[in-house]
Amino acid sequence: MDVNTTYDVIVIGGGPAGIAAAIEAYNENQGKVLVIERNDSLGGILPQCIHNGFGAINFGNDLPGPEYAHRYEMQLNELPVDVMLDTMVVDMTPELDIYTMSSEYGYQHFKPRAVVLAMGCRERTRAQIRLPGTRAAGIYTAGTAQRLVNIEGYMPGREIVVLGSGDIGMIMARRLTIEGAQVLGVMELLPFLTGLRRNYVQCLQDYNIPLHLSTTVSKIYGERRVEGIETVKVDEDLNHVPGTEEFIKCDTLVLSVGLIPENELSRKAGVQLDVRTNGPIVDSDMATNVPGIFAAGNVTAIYDLVDYVSKAGEVAGRSAARFARAQQAESHEGSRVVRLKPGANVGSIIPQQIYIDDLGDRDVYLSMRPNALLERMVKVELDDGGEEVMSFREQYARPAEMIIRKLKARDIEKLRASHGAELVANIS
Amino acid sequence: MNQKSYDVVIIGAGIVGSMVARELSKYQLSVAVLEKEADVGMGQSTSNSAIIHSGHDPEPGTMKARMNVRGNELWYQIAPELDIPLVNTGALIVAVGAEEQAGLQPLLERGRENGVKGLEILTREQVLEMEPHLSPDVTGALSTPTAGVVDAFQGVLGAAENAATNGVEFILNAEVRGAVVEDGVLKAVETTQGRVAATWFINAAGVHSDEILHMAGDRPEFEITARRGEYFVFDDSKFRVNNVLFPMPSEKGKGILVTTTTHGNTMVGPNSDSISDKEDHAVTEHGMHEILHGATKLVPSVSPRDVIATFAGLRATGNYKPGGHGKDFLIEVSSAVRGLINLAGVESPGFASSPAIAEYVAELLKGEGVTLTEKADWTATRRRIPRFKEMDHVQRAAIIERNPAYGRIVCRCEEVTEGEILQAIHSPIPATTYDAIKRRTWLGTGRCQGSFDYPRTMEILARELGMSMTEITKKGPGSVFLYRQTKEEVV
Amino acid sequence: MSEQKQGDYRTRTDICLRCPQGCEVQTMLGPDDEILNISGNKCKLGREYVEQEIRDPRRVLPTSVRVKNGTRPLVPVWTPEPMPKGMIMDLAAESRKIEVEAPVHVGDVVLDDWRGLGIRLVASGEVERAE
Repeated sequence: MDVNTTYDVIVIGGGPAGIAAAIEAYNENQGKVLVIERNDSLGGILPQCIHNGFGAINFGNDLPGPEYAHRYEMQLNELPVDVMLDTMVVDMTPELDIYTMSSEYGYQHFKPRAVVLAMGCRERTRAQIRLPGTRAAGIYTAGTAQRLVNIEGYMPGREIVVLGSGDIGMIMARRLTIEGAQVLGVMELLPFLTGLRRNYVQCLQDYNIPLHLSTTVSKIYGERRVEGIETVKVDEDLNHVPGTEEFIKCDTLVLSVGLIPENELSRKAGVQLDVRTNGPIVDSDMATNVPGIFAAGNVTAIYDLVDYVSKAGEVAGRSAARFARAQQAESHEGSRVVRLKPGANVGSIIPQQIYIDDLGDRDVYLSMRPNALLERMVKVELDDGGEEVMSFREQYARPAEMIIRKLKARDIEKLRASHGAELVANIS
Repeated sequence: MNQKSYDVVIIGAGIVGSMVARELSKYQLSVAVLEKEADVGMGQSTSNSAIIHSGHDPEPGTMKARMNVRGNELWYQIAPELDIPLVNTGALIVAVGAEEQAGLQPLLERGRENGVKGLEILTREQVLEMEPHLSPDVTGALSTPTAGVVDAFQGVLGAAENAATNGVEFILNAEVRGAVVEDGVLKAVETTQGRVAATWFINAAGVHSDEILHMAGDRPEFEITARRGEYFVFDDSKFRVNNVLFPMPSEKGKGILVTTTTHGNTMVGPNSDSISDKEDHAVTEHGMHEILHGATKLVPSVSPRDVIATFAGLRATGNYKPGGHGKDFLIEVSSAVRGLINLAGVESPGFASSPAIAEYVAELLKGEGVTLTEKADWTATRRRIPRFKEMDHVQRAAIIERNPAYGRIVCRCEEVTEGEILQAIHSPIPATTYDAIKRRTWLGTGRCQGSFDYPRTMEILARELGMSMTEITKKGPGSVFLYRQTKEEVV
Repeated sequence: MSEQKQGDYRTRTDICLRCPQGCEVQTMLGPDDEILNISGNKCKLGREYVEQEIRDPRRVLPTSVRVKNGTRPLVPVWTPEPMPKGMIMDLAAESRKIEVEAPVHVGDVVLDDWRGLGIRLVASGEVERAE
C-alpha cells in the first residue's frame, strides 16, 4: 500500500468543528488540506437537527441546523480543500499514519504533517445508565430517533415516553408530536431540567407535554416490542422511592441521557484524555500531547452551542496549519505553561493548559462546565494558590450551559502577572 | 394443509438441537429442525456464561457429569472444525477464607471422580500471580485447566450452518403447538407453519421441553422452572481476566463468576432468580445490585461505570431426580410414546455437554434400530464470516479491492462492514432480522449499542430481502422497529 | 406559562424565550387584561417578551416536507418569521401533505402567505435531484 504524504493537514470529521478547522487550516497557510467524513454529506449531526437555535453568535441569526452547516459548507467549497465522503478512519498512530476505508476510494494510508481530531460525540445508551428491563424493539436514543424521523423519513413510535430532559430529548418530544405521535411525558432523574429553559417552554409547554422531575424509568415491559414502562420517583440521593411506581402503556422509549466525546481513534494514536471531559487534554492551541495532533469541538468536551464548536475548530485548524509549516510543535520557548484545573462548582474546563506568554494575538476560549445549579449572579475566577488572578461575573451558573470566556487583553495581562504553574477555576 | 415428512425432526435450534442436527447430518437421513424464533440460538444457549465447563461440578454418576466431561473433550475437536472461537483459558474456583479453603479438597475429589483431568489446588500466591485483579483476600483456588470460554452464538450457528450445508432443513418461525399421537406413536407435530411428520422427534426445546413432553402425553410430572440469570458486560478496554473465575459453589449453583469472553469483553454474572414467565428476559434493578456485589467479592475493581451491556438468560431447570441424585438432565427414549427422544431439563453445563448429547442421541437411535449409514460427501468444516475488524492492513485493502461493500462501515464501534452484513443475510441460515445480523457480525455490540447502525442496517435488510422499512424486525414477528413513514397519514 | 387568580386580578408567570437565561417573569393583569406590573425580568427583553406573549404569542415552526425525485425523502423547512402560536399545529398538519420537487435549496419558499397571513415555510436544507 502506498503512503499518501501530500497533505499538510488532515481533518477527521466533517461536522461543524471539522469544517471550520479545514477552512482556517487552509486560510492560515494555503497548504493541502483534506477532510475525511464517514457520512455521505458534510455537517456532522447538523443536517438532522432541523430545529432553529444555531448561529446566534457567529451569524447573528437564529438558524436551523442544516442551514448553519450549509453556510459553512459554502465557505469550504470556495477553497481548494479536498473532501472524502463515505470514508472512515479506522486506524491512526502517534506517528500520524492514518488508515481510511471507503467503497469508492478503497483502503488508503495517509501520513499528513498535522491532524485535527473533530469526530464529535456519541450518545450515552441504555446500558450506561443500567436501565432494567427487556431488550425489546422500541428503545432508541434521541439522536437515532431524530435521524429516523428527519433524515430517513420513518416514525419509530406511536406512544412515546422520553427519558432525560436534555435539549435533544425535549426537541425530539416536540418533533415526534408535530409528526403525529403521542408523547406521554418526559422523565428527568434530577430535580431540575437538564436542558435549556426555553426548550422547556417551546418544546414541552407549548405542546402540553408533561415533564416529571425526580422521576426515572424503573422497568421496561414487552419481550418483542416495548409494551409499557414503569416509572418511579427518586429521592435526593437519586434512590427509588418505593410505592411511587407507575405503569405507562407505550410502545417506545426515547433516551436522552447524555453525550460522550468520541475518542476511540484518539486512544489508538496515544492521545491523553481528561477523565472529566472524556476528551483529549488540549492546550490553548487546541494541541494534544501527541505532536501534530490537534482536537476541537465535541471530541474535546460536550458543548451546548455549535457556534463555539466552530470557533474551537478555527483555533485547531490554524494551529495545525502552523505546525505543518514549521514541521514541529510551535515553539513556546520562554513561555510559561500553566495548567487549568476545575475547582468549586466547576465540572471541567478546556483548554487544560495555556502558554501564558504567547496568548497575545490569538483567540483563546475558556470553556467551563458548571456542576451545580446557581440561580443568582455568580463570580467565575481563576485562582493561583487561593489568590485571585482574574475573574468575571455571570448572571447564573447551570450545568446545562457551558460558561465560555474569550480571553480579553486585560485577562491576558492579569494571567501573565500570576506566578504559579496551576490555576484553579472556581464559581462562587 | 401442506404436510412435510422427515426421518428425524428436532424441536429447538439451540445448542443441543443444533449439535444433534450436525451429528445426524453425517448420516443418510432426512432431518429438519423446527425453531419457534426467527433465528437459531435465540434462547438460553446464547444468553449464558459461554463457558465450556471442565465437569468438576456435577454430582458423580449423573448424566450431567458424564455428558459434561465427554462434551468438554469433544468441544476442543469440534470448535476448530466449525471455526467456533473457543479459548482454553482454564478456570479457577476461588476460595476466600478458611471455610471456603477447606471446601477445595472435596471439590477436587469430586472432579477426579468425574474423570476431569489436570485438577490442582493452588496457593494464594500462585492464584494472585495468575490473576492480579483478584481480591487480596483470596486464600487459594482449585484450578481446572480443561475449562474454556466459547463464543456461544457462533457455537450454535457453527453447528447449525454445518448441518444446513450437509442437508438438514431449518424451519424458522415454526412453533410447535400440538402433537399427533396415534396408537402410542408420535406421528407428527402441529406447528405455526403447518403439520410436520417424522419417524423420530428429538425434543430439544430448552425451557419449553416440558411442554413438548406433555403434548406427547409423556411424564406429566416433569416440569421446568425457568431460573433467570442476569449479566453485565464491560467495555473491552477495561480489565481482563486470564481464567474463568468462580466463587465456591453453593446450593444455588456455581455462583457469580467473572470471565473474559472470546470477544475480549469482561463479563460478570449470573445471579439466579426463579421466575414464572419462561420468556421473561427482563433485567432487574435488584438483580444488577446482586451481581455487582457478587463480582466485587472476587474482583474489587469491578465498576458499574464501565458497563456497556446488560442481559438476562434463562436456565431450564427440570425436576428430574433419578436414583436419589440431585437434579439431572432428562435424556432418554420416551417410554410413554414411540418416536420421541427427550433432551429435557438441559441446564448448565448443557452447552459444554451438547456435543456429547448429540453423540449419545445417535447411539440411542441406533439402539432403536435406526440404520445410520454415513454420507460419502459429508463436510466436517464450516467457516464463519471473516471479520474486517480482525484483518491487518493488507488483508483489508485486498478485501475492499475485491468487494467494495467491505469499504462501507455500518457499525463504527465494532467496525462491521456492509460486506459482512450481506454475507450474513445470504448465509446457510439466512439472517433476516436485526438481531440475527448483530449476532453474526457483532454489529451494534460496542459502545454505542446500535445507535449509529440501526438506520443503515434496516436499509440493507429492506433492500436485500425486498421488504419495506416498516417490515424490518428486531427479532421476528411482533418486533418491528418503525411504524410508518414520517409524512404518512396518522391512523 | 402558569397563572394564579385573585378576584378580578391575575398573575401569570412566563419563562422568557429571548435568551438562554430564561428569566421567570411575573405579570400582574387587571380585570380588563391590562398589564399592571411586570417583575422578575433581568433586562428589557423580558418586558418586551411578556407584552408580546400576552398580546400575540408567536413561535417558530421547524419541520420538514416531502421531496419528490430527491436524493433524500425529506427536506427541512421552517417559518423564519415567528407565527401565531395557536396555529402551529394547523400548519404542522398541513405541511405534512406538502411535496416539493427536487432539487431544493436553502431559502426556497415551499409555502407562501399561508392563509393570507404572510406566513412562509422556507427550506433550511438542500436536497439534490436523484439521478
